Formats: sequence, C-alpha cells, structure tokens
Amino acid sequence: MKKTPLHDLHVSLNARMVDFGGWDMPINYGSQIDEHHVIRQDAGMFDVSHMTIVDMKGDNAKAFLQKLLANDVAKLKDEGKALYSCMLNEEGGVIDDLITYYINDTFYRTVVNASTREKDLAWITKQAEAFGVEVTERDDYAMIAVQGPNARAKAHKALGDDAAEKLDDMKPFFIREYGNMSVARTGYTGEDGYEIMVPETEASALWSRLLENEVKPCGLGARDTLRLEAGMNLYGSDMDETISPLECGLNWTVAWEPVERDFIGRAAITKQKEQGVKRKLIGLVLEGKGVIRNHQKVMLDGKEVGEVTSGSFSPTLSQAIAFARVDKDLADKCQVEMRGKQIDARVVKIPFVRNGKSCL
Amino acid sequence: MSNIPNELRYTKSHEWVRRNEDGTLTVGITDHAQGLLGDLVFVETPEAEDTFSSGDDCAVIESVKAASDVYCPVDGEIIEGNEALADAPETINHDAYGDGWIFKIKPEDEGAFDELMDSDEYAENIAED
Repeated sequence: MKKTPLHDLHVSLNARMVDFGGWDMPINYGSQIDEHHVIRQDAGMFDVSHMTIVDMKGDNAKAFLQKLLANDVAKLKDEGKALYSCMLNEEGGVIDDLITYYINDTFYRTVVNASTREKDLAWITKQAEAFGVEVTERDDYAMIAVQGPNARAKAHKALGDDAAEKLDDMKPFFIREYGNMSVARTGYTGEDGYEIMVPETEASALWSRLLENEVKPCGLGARDTLRLEAGMNLYGSDMDETISPLECGLNWTVAWEPVERDFIGRAAITKQKEQGVKRKLIGLVLEGKGVIRNHQKVMLDGKEVGEVTSGSFSPTLSQAIAFARVDKDLADKCQVEMRGKQIDARVVKIPFVRNGKSCL
Repeated sequence: MSNIPNELRYTKSHEWVRRNEDGTLTVGITDHAQGLLGDLVFVETPEAEDTFSSGDDCAVIESVKAASDVYCPVDGEIIEGNEALADAPETINHDAYGDGWIFKIKPEDEGAFDELMDSDEYAENIAED
C-alpha cells in the first residue's frame, strides 16, 4: 500500500488507518464526529497528499484546457484564480472532477482525485499531445488541507512570520506561492481555509508546526461528512464515467458559452440536454431514525424512483442526510428503503450546511 | 490493543456477556467492535419480554460509517433494553463494558454462559481477523 510522507506521524498520533484507493490513510484519530465539529467550529487539518497534482505547461496550455474541460479556463482572468470543472469523455460521462489553478497563460496546475490518478494522467497526456503541452505529475509535493473558521489565522502562524502579511489578502478560490510552497484558499469542507502544497521533504515539519498552533488532525472520515453537508460531490459515488454533469447537479460547472468552444463531451451532453435530462441529484433529510447509506433505494408510494449516491449522518444537523439520483419529476417527499423498511425523507436544497450554519 | 476484560464471555460476532448475581446476563459489544465501527449515532434496543434464540439479530447499532446487527448470544427472554442509548449512543464508544451495555436477558439454560468464548479465546479470534 502507498504511504504519504506524513504516514509515520499519523501512526504516532494513534490514527486508525484504512485502505483508501490503495493508500494507507487515517480514517480518524479517535472520534470522527469530534473531528468534524473541530472543523466547523475551529481549525483542523487533513493529509491529502494522496491527491494528484498535475502541472500543464506550454504556449497552447489554455487552448488545451478549453478542449479538455467542460468548464472554461478563459474565465480565469486573474493570476492564481481557481476553477472547478468536470473532465468528460466523448459520451459526456465524467472521467473526473478537478480544480485548475491559473498560474499564468502558459502554466496551469490541476489537482485530481487519488482514486482516478492513472486513468486521468493517461487521458490528459493523450489529449495534450496534439497541443504540445507538457504534462508533469508533481509527486514531489505533499498536500495538507487546513480548514475551519480559525484555519487561516492558525496556518499563518505555522507557516512563518511574514505569512499573514503575504497571504491574508488572498481571496477565496485563489492560489499563491509562499516560499517553496503553494497555498490555495480552497477546500472540501464548506469552511474557509487553505490547501497547502509543500515539498514532501518539508511536510512533516509543517504538520508539526500546525499541531503546535492547535490545528487538530482530522481523518478522511470527517472529510466525507463535511463535504456531504457542504453539498460537494464525491467522484465514484455521486458521478462516474456513465453519468453526465447534468445528472449529478454539476450543470453550473458546464460553460455552454461560447458555443464555438468544442470541449470533449460537448456534443453528447448537448444532445442529452435537448432530449431532456431524465435524472437529477437531490438532497435528502431523513425524517425518522437511522442513517441513510449509499445505494439504498429511493421510493415514492411503493415505486422505485432512484438511488442514494452518498448517505451518512450529519454531525452538524444530528440527523441522516444524503444525495440521491432520482427521476426528474420527484418533488418534495419520498421514502428511503432502509433495512427492509421504508422511512420518510424530505427533499431539500443542497448544501445542507455552509460556514458552520444549517441551511435547512 | 483493545480492552478484553477477563471476567466476561464473548461471541465471534463481537458481543460481550456478563453473568449477573441473579443468573441474568448483560450483553454489549466489545471495545474492539466499537473501535471498528467508529462513532455510534443510533442504537435500537430490544423490548422487554421479546424472546430470541442464540444467533438471532436482536438489536441494531449504526455508526457514521456502517450499520451492524447485534446477535443474541444465548436462547432467552429480554428483561430490559438500555433505553439511555437512544439519546446517547456514543456511550458505547466511551464505556463499551459499562454504561454502554445494550440489553439484559434471562437465559433459558443457565449453562449457556459457560459455553461462550473466554477472554483468551476471543483475543485469539480477533487476532485472526
């Protein structure tokens, strides 16, 4: 199993380690729920070094990404600005979702999922050939996500004396160099914070300084409940290569204008849009007791109308919540089939929680 | 290493069983099991006077991560479910062998307790998992 540069530190902190797409990663350091609350209320950190950083360089880098991604990097006018996008196949299915950072006109950096690393690198490299764009995986970097309302202030103290001065004015969804690190004001929790790309040889030292500044280590279990509450999709659960962005709530990430931009998958999803999208992704809150789980059936008056794609217990709301893919006509109520029983659930707007507060 | 008290008996499905002075048995899940499940968020306990056979599922515990059945370790009649767990399921995480007990049962056969695994056998059993 693969290990991140922080692996020994996790073990020394008594983390419960699990196989996470071939990586030996911390699921929690004791209590997943406590870790969840720390990030909603204070500051916590995740080792996300298993995620894949890919640099794309070349004179045609922009044109290449305009072809590769369903969102349009031409929206990125300011250096350091980030863009969330799907990368589609020709059939309009999602190969992966990713964040692209605009460093300059000939240099973009993307962060893709760990579980999709090989196929993403193969696909990107193949598409890049025609554009003469150089694609480089940056496995020399580790990555630490520091998240929560106090995350940035604590991270500044851990990073260095001039960190507050150099980073404090950076707006959300931007990246900036700091020494030999790249600091992005992004995350996967619905809270403010940073994702810090740090040379792997310096990752342990940074983690230790964050610990000294009372940033609590949090496992990937909490990361999952945080992203679910925050209404963020998980690749492999909420979408995959058979699902288009129109069927997983990511319509907003598709840049339809300008119409001349011929991104991969455009023809397929245009056709799907014209014919009418039959399924949609919704948020559910369980009315009864229990916890909604992935793949449970969504029912309406005895008829199956969909399936849960991400279900869990929301520590912030103290009730079960879920994303489900259902028939487009489903309105405000349904039932979830759980352990042989049908339990009432109501359809709600996504997200469930933002900046520590319930959106229900 | 998880905590496995000597005075208790155990099942392969990770229940612990304590023999009380009046011959009744108290049942919960082991420290090992709660660690695997993670934070518990929901517990459904059996009702008094329900009867079960050994191996029947008689309670449900759900963590953030997964749902799990609790199996009855012996044939018998339920005396009491631990209703306090409904509002505080995390008690099982904090005190698996104490306040985190799940139900009390009157065994049909008082000798059934002695048939269960002792702490050494249980420790061996989880080492093999």
